[in-house]
Amino acid sequence: MDFSFNEIQSMLDDSVEKFIANDYDFETRQKYAASKRGYSPEVWQTFAELGWTSVPFSEDDGGFGGGPTDLMVLMLRFGKGLVVEPYLANIVLAGGVLRRAASAEQKERWLQPIIAGELQSALAYTEPQSRYDIADIRTTATADGDGWVLSGEKGVVFNGGNAELLIVAARISGAQDDEDGITLFAVPADSDGLDVRSYATVDGQQAAEISLDNVAVDGAGVIGEPGKGLAALDAAIDDATLAVCAEAVGIMQIMTDKTVEYSKNRMQFGVPIGSFQALQHRMVDMFTDCEQSYSLLLWATMLAAQDDADAKHAMHSIKYQVGTVGRKVGQEAVQIHGGMGVSWEVDIAHYFKRLTTIDQILGNADWHLDRLAG
Amino acid sequence: MDATLSDEDLAFREEIRAVFRDEFPEDIRRKREKGVPMGRGDLVRFQQWLHEHGWAGMNWPVEYGGTGWTPVQKHIFAIEMAEANAPPIVPFGLSMVGPVVYTFGNEEQQKRFLPDILASKVWWCQGYSEPGAGSDLASLKTRADLAGNHYVVNGTKTWTTLGQHADWIFILARTSTDVARRQEGISFLLVDMKTPGVTVNPIITIEGDHEVNEVHFEDVNVPVENLVGEEGKGWTYGKVLLQHERANIAAVAISKYRLRNLREQTTKPVRGATPLGEDRNFMRKVAAVEVDLRALEYTELRTLAAVQSGKAPGPESSILKVKGTEIQQAIDTLYLEAAGYYALPYVQEQYTLDSDPADWVGDVAETQTSLKYFNFRKASIYGGSNEIQKNIIAKHVLGL
Repeated sequence: MDFSFNEIQSMLDDSVEKFIANDYDFETRQKYAASKRGYSPEVWQTFAELGWTSVPFSEDDGGFGGGPTDLMVLMLRFGKGLVVEPYLANIVLAGGVLRRAASAEQKERWLQPIIAGELQSALAYTEPQSRYDIADIRTTATADGDGWVLSGEKGVVFNGGNAELLIVAARISGAQDDEDGITLFAVPADSDGLDVRSYATVDGQQAAEISLDNVAVDGAGVIGEPGKGLAALDAAIDDATLAVCAEAVGIMQIMTDKTVEYSKNRMQFGVPIGSFQALQHRMVDMFTDCEQSYSLLLWATMLAAQDDADAKHAMHSIKYQVGTVGRKVGQEAVQIHGGMGVSWEVDIAHYFKRLTTIDQILGNADWHLDRLAG
Repeated sequence: MDATLSDEDLAFREEIRAVFRDEFPEDIRRKREKGVPMGRGDLVRFQQWLHEHGWAGMNWPVEYGGTGWTPVQKHIFAIEMAEANAPPIVPFGLSMVGPVVYTFGNEEQQKRFLPDILASKVWWCQGYSEPGAGSDLASLKTRADLAGNHYVVNGTKTWTTLGQHADWIFILARTSTDVARRQEGISFLLVDMKTPGVTVNPIITIEGDHEVNEVHFEDVNVPVENLVGEEGKGWTYGKVLLQHERANIAAVAISKYRLRNLREQTTKPVRGATPLGEDRNFMRKVAAVEVDLRALEYTELRTLAAVQSGKAPGPESSILKVKGTEIQQAIDTLYLEAAGYYALPYVQEQYTLDSDPADWVGDVAETQTSLKYFNFRKASIYGGSNEIQKNIIAKHVLGL
C-alpha cells in the first residue's frame, strides 16, 4: 500500500510546478486568457517540448505511455496554475477518441501532429439539447458514395474555435438517444458547410457553437466502426471527467491555502480575521473537504486503470464529490476573501469561476449522484 | 500508487477471517444478530477470546504482549472484526490506560497492571470529564493532595462510560495549583474502585440505557505508587493517550459494514411493501454517504501508508475523528429513516436472546434504529467534541 508518486510522476509534478512558478503567474495567465485564441500557442509548444502533450498516449502511438495517475499529476497542477491551454479539449477529449478508435493511418495523420503540438483539435460531442446524455445526438450522417454528409448542431464545443480538426459525433441510425448508430467523424475545420461561432467562456477558456449543413466527409474520415462510436466517446468522456476532477481538487487545495493565508494577514477589528472561530471552523471544513476529495481522487484514479464497472462507479463518485464540495469550498473562499473575492483582479475570483464551470460540464453533481443511487 | 495488499497481508487476512468464521463464540454471534445488548460478561468473554488468540494488544508493542502488527495489519483486523459483526472492544483498558502505562509507567506498574489489562481480567474506566470541565478539560477541579505515602482524592468525574462494571479507574487530578499554565499541575492516577470513598451513581442517557455514570471521590486514599510518570505531567500523558485512539477512531470498517447492510435491506420488501430501494430520494442520500465514507476510507489508508513507511501521519489524519463521527451519525440517520413508523416502538423486553420473533413489535433491528440514533449523538460530543477537534486543526494544521 503506497500513495506516493513514483519517480517519473514526481519529476512530472516538479516540472509542471516549476513551469507555473516561473512562467505562468496569474497576470500572465490573464493575458493569455484575454488574447484572441484564449491561450498561448508558445506555451502550447512548450507543453509539447516538455512531453506533456504526449502523456496519455501509448509508446506505440509515439506517446509517453502514461496512465491515469500521470494525467492526474498533470491536471492537479494545471488546476493550481489555472492553466487555460486547451489540454482537456485537444489531448484528453479529441486525443482520447483518436487513440482508442482511429486507424494507424488516421493516427499518423492526426494524432502525431497533436502530440507534437502542431495540431489543435476538438471533440464535438454535446448538442444544444443533449445536456449530459452523450448518446443524445440529433446530428445526422448520411451515406453518400464512399463518404458521408453531416448535418446538425453542436454546442459548447471546447476549443472549437481554435481547432483545425473537429471530431464530430453524428448519428447514422436509430432514435435520438440510442446507444447504437453513433459514428465519429474527423472533420477539417475548413470544410464547406461548417459554421463555427467561437466565444469566450466565463472561466477564461474558449468554446464554440458549430453548425453542420451538409458537410461532406470522405471515407477516410470515419473513426472506428460506423454505428459503434459510443464506446470510444464514452471512454474519452470518462477520462476527461477524471481529469477535470483532478483539476478541481488542485483548485480547491490552492483556494483553501490562499484563504487561510489571507485570513492570517487581513486585519479587522485590530486582529487577523483568521483569529475568529467562526471563520476558523469554516476553513477547517474547507481543508477537510480538500483532504477527502484528494483521497477519493486517488481511489478513482487507481481504479481507472481497470476500465470496468468499479472504475465507472469511482468516476461518478469523485465527480459528485468535487461538484458538491467544490461548490462549498469555492463559495467559502470567496466569502472569506470578502470584496477581494469578487474582484476581477484577484485570482480567487477566477479559481472560483473555473471550479464552478467544472460542475457544469461532463455531468453535474446531481447527475452523477443519480448514477450512484442504483 | 497502489492500494493493493501484499501477499503477506492477504495471507494475514485469510488467517484472521478463518478464525472469526470458525471459532467466534456462537452465543455472542447469536446475540449480536438478534440485537441483544452486550452485558459485562459478553464483552469480557469476547476480549478474553481475542486474548487467547494473541490479538488483545493489537496496538501494543510485542515486548508488552502486543501483536506488533503493522498499521495495515491493524486495518485489516478492524475490517475482519467488523465483518464478523463482533462487539466493540471496550477501549479504556486496552486502548487507553494500557498504552499510558507501558509508555510512561515504571517497571513495577507495568508488571502489576499490563498482564491483567491484556487478559481483560480487570475492567478499567476513564475519569477525565467533570461536571464543570467538559470541552475545557484543563479546568478540572478534582484534587489529589499528597499526604505522606498517599494522595487524598476529592472531586467528581462524570460521563464515566461503563464505570458501573469497572474495577479500576484512571483519573486526571490536580496535584498543584501553583502553575504557570492550567495544563500543568495535573497528574495521572490509577485508583482502585473498591477504595473507601468512591461511589458510582448511574446517569441514564437519552435512549434509556445505563451506559454512563458519575463517580464521586470523597477523601479517597490513593497510594503514591499509583501515580503514573511524573507528578504534574498528567496532561501530556493524556494527550498521548488520545493519539493512540487515532487508530481506527474513524470507525471506517464498522461504517462500511453497516452501510452495505443498509443497501442490502433496501432491496428487500418489508411487510409486503415496495422495497425502499425504489425510493429515489432515499437512495440518493445513501449514495452520498457512501461517497463520503469511501473518501474517509482512503484518507485513513493514506495515514496508514505513511505510518507504515515510517513517516509521521500527515495532516489528513487530523480529520478522521470529525469526519468519522459525522459519517457514523449520517448512517444512524439513514437507518432511522428506513425504519419509518417502526422506529417508534420502545419495547426493551424483546431485546433478549430467547425472545420469540412472533411476539416482537416490528422487527428488532428496526425498533433499535431510534435507540442507536439517539445514543450515538454522543459520538460528535465525546473524545473532544468535534468543535474542539476543529479548534485543534485550525491551530496545529492550518496555523491559525
